[in-house]
Amino acid sequence: MFRYIVRRLLQMILTFFGATFVVFALMFANQDDPIQALVGEKTASDSLRAALTERYHLDEGFLTQYWYYMKGLLTGDLGKSLTGRDISEMLADAWPVTIRLAILAILIAAAIAVTTGVYAGIRRGGLFDNGTLLMTLLLLAMPIVVLAPLAQLVFAMELRWFPATTTKNATLYELLLPALVLATTVIATQLRVTRTSVVENLRADYVRTARAKGLAPRRVTWVHVLRNSLIPVVTLIGVDLGVLMSGAIVTEEVFNIPGVGFNLARGIRTEDGPLVVGFVSVLVIIFLIVNLAVDLLYAALDPRIRYE
Amino acid sequence: MPGKRPWKMAAGAAAISLLVAGCGGGDSDDASANSNTIVIGIAEPEHLLPTNATDDSGSQVLSSLFYPLVNFNSQQEPVEVAAESITPDKANRVWTIKLKPGFTFHNGEPVTAQNYIDAWNYGAYGPNAQTGGYFFERIDGYAEMNPLDPDKDGPQKPPTPKTNELSGLEKVNDLTFTVKLSAPFSSFESVLAYSVFHPLPKAAFSAPGVIAEGFEDQIIGNGPFKLKGKWEHDNEVVVEKVSDFKGQVPKIDGITWKIYQDEQTQYADLVSGNVDVQMNIPIEALSKASADLGTRFQMSENSGFDFIGFPTYESEFSKPEVRKAISMAINREEISDQIFLGSRIPAKSFVSPVVRGYRENICGEACEYNPVEAKRLYDKNGGPEEIKITYNVDGGHKAWVDATCNQIKASLGVNCTGSPEPKFSVLQQKARAHEPIGLIRLGWIMDYPLMENYLGPLYSTNGSSNHYGWSNSNFDRLLKQGAQAPTPEAAIKKWQQAEDILVQEMPVIPLRFMQNVYGYSEKVQNVEMDLFKKVDLYEIETIA
Repeated sequence: MFRYIVRRLLQMILTFFGATFVVFALMFANQDDPIQALVGEKTASDSLRAALTERYHLDEGFLTQYWYYMKGLLTGDLGKSLTGRDISEMLADAWPVTIRLAILAILIAAAIAVTTGVYAGIRRGGLFDNGTLLMTLLLLAMPIVVLAPLAQLVFAMELRWFPATTTKNATLYELLLPALVLATTVIATQLRVTRTSVVENLRADYVRTARAKGLAPRRVTWVHVLRNSLIPVVTLIGVDLGVLMSGAIVTEEVFNIPGVGFNLARGIRTEDGPLVVGFVSVLVIIFLIVNLAVDLLYAALDPRIRYE
Repeated sequence: MPGKRPWKMAAGAAAISLLVAGCGGGDSDDASANSNTIVIGIAEPEHLLPTNATDDSGSQVLSSLFYPLVNFNSQQEPVEVAAESITPDKANRVWTIKLKPGFTFHNGEPVTAQNYIDAWNYGAYGPNAQTGGYFFERIDGYAEMNPLDPDKDGPQKPPTPKTNELSGLEKVNDLTFTVKLSAPFSSFESVLAYSVFHPLPKAAFSAPGVIAEGFEDQIIGNGPFKLKGKWEHDNEVVVEKVSDFKGQVPKIDGITWKIYQDEQTQYADLVSGNVDVQMNIPIEALSKASADLGTRFQMSENSGFDFIGFPTYESEFSKPEVRKAISMAINREEISDQIFLGSRIPAKSFVSPVVRGYRENICGEACEYNPVEAKRLYDKNGGPEEIKITYNVDGGHKAWVDATCNQIKASLGVNCTGSPEPKFSVLQQKARAHEPIGLIRLGWIMDYPLMENYLGPLYSTNGSSNHYGWSNSNFDRLLKQGAQAPTPEAAIKKWQQAEDILVQEMPVIPLRFMQNVYGYSEKVQNVEMDLFKKVDLYEIETIA
């Protein structure tokens, strides 16, 4: 187990550098004229252009720029954004609220998806099953760019159940509506996977054995079947983290949450390479760690799986 | 039972994550509802250091933290505010600025002439890369602080300036200093109103010419409001009244500048009463704004100017008659009403109505919609069969460009297409390289209310935003004569003559003048916005 984790961590380092390299290259390719993006539609004076070009090494080649960035990164310096703020400080400002939002969304999604999925699986072909099928189709068909403003209009502006926007120091209640919206992006697939998995496992031999032993039906479903059905769902939740992060770009804008998604969108808009790479790097690390945790969770869910 | 423990762990993890999600927030910073403070929505300022804050949000926040040297009356004439007097010598070249006594910075330091000199020197010094640095270019010594790149875009770097002080600035005594310009300019006082000319306290500098680390987040000004706490990036900037302010005292006790990423989101908050003033209501919300806000939905003029530039260097657009014909093919009123829902005004002059010397409808029949005459003129002078209007897609221009093209198509019977570019910078680069991008959509917002601030950058041969290569030596000469005229009135005469040349030559098609389109909550009254797109913080008050 320990050796397995060490091996995975070593792989992570490689993945991390590869990912930052790709993102840096993409940002470099996307870069037209960040100085123009900074001054809007006015024309930047020659001396401003010269000074900023030198400060951010904008006239250097790709590899030199990457080298400057990596050198900074390895000494713990993530660089400065084009508006002169420390990127490490921006990261520290933005991550907490996004993490809270993402965890809340994951919890909401998992809770709803697993419970409804199991019920739909047990009553396969029934009214409830078909109802959820219809609902998930509807959710899958609605992109978050529609869903988020719609939810804001209906639940915040018309019904006034929730505040229309929130801030960096959002309370749990203020985050609830954005988290619900965010959860809808992943709820449908999680629900369908849970349902299918439950349906399959209900026909398995061990379930018949358990029933034959005289175990209470409730115990059979919620302990034996659910535990075995969760393996694909857990994998999915790990992968869904990426979906949540991209969904956060829209959700955070609509609900005015100054988190990771907002900073990424801003960095791309202002062609701020170091800013985007900084945020994506942390995103990559989180993604890698979560997937390691998911893999380790397999062992807990299924005693047959062992890591050497 | 084996396998029970992992479940407990999972439950524990869930509990911890819930806890993380739950705490950390909670400290709701809503001031009590009946306090005399207001919330105004802005975007995240790019900077708050005056010489670097040239964006709308930054300069709006600065208007609460600083007290400007001059401001403008309703006729757009400069009026001294923090300055006691601003007087030129006979040649309009050396200006003496006397400050009003008794003013202090928020940290208690007295405001002296040296504070202005220090701040301006910092702003003008090229390597400091201040976006407002070009405002100082009229002052003697600017050129030495911003040496030219010897080979333009080549590998050589511009040399480091020999000095970091403007030679044109001289301190006379604690409250007086003189500004020597590199060329006479009778309207210099109007330029001084811009936020880059604010002073900085001694505390701003950690060494001469070096801004102290973190000063910008805790900026200290000389204005009626001071920063409460720190600038909370992407969240809010809270300012509170200075208790014994010597200048004009505002009627409110404090402002929360709330930072929004998106104007439609801000509009949602305006309607739900979480923000008191929204300075720009997005076009998507215009159709319902009257219903949502009633009389609290307002418009007032500002300096914005929309126009289309011709590639005058291309032979097919080199004839003024062709350019006039295209201008006459456009029905400005229809586009203003249908697409901008009346939020923009049809433009028939080459400078904005907010500057002194503006003459209404100077463009005459060349800006009147007249499809018959347009077609006749166009065919007679052999206008091109294909017209292309290039625009940037990130600015919401598609709708009106397509509408304009449809009008041109209908009037002239030629093909017209809108051609999108992803960003304004791309459009600008292509125009500069004289690539065949056809007509280009452009806009301008003034820095100071002078005709010269439109004529110079937009139409002079070396104008910073003259992307269409138009050049006319008579025009350049009149412009220069205006700047050096003995009085602002004499200057306006010359500039109007220069504008007459534009009417003859039509290097651009004036389309629309922009307006402030703003709204406010039931909590505030006397909300007015000026031509610089700023809320008047001295007049606004809360309803008790």
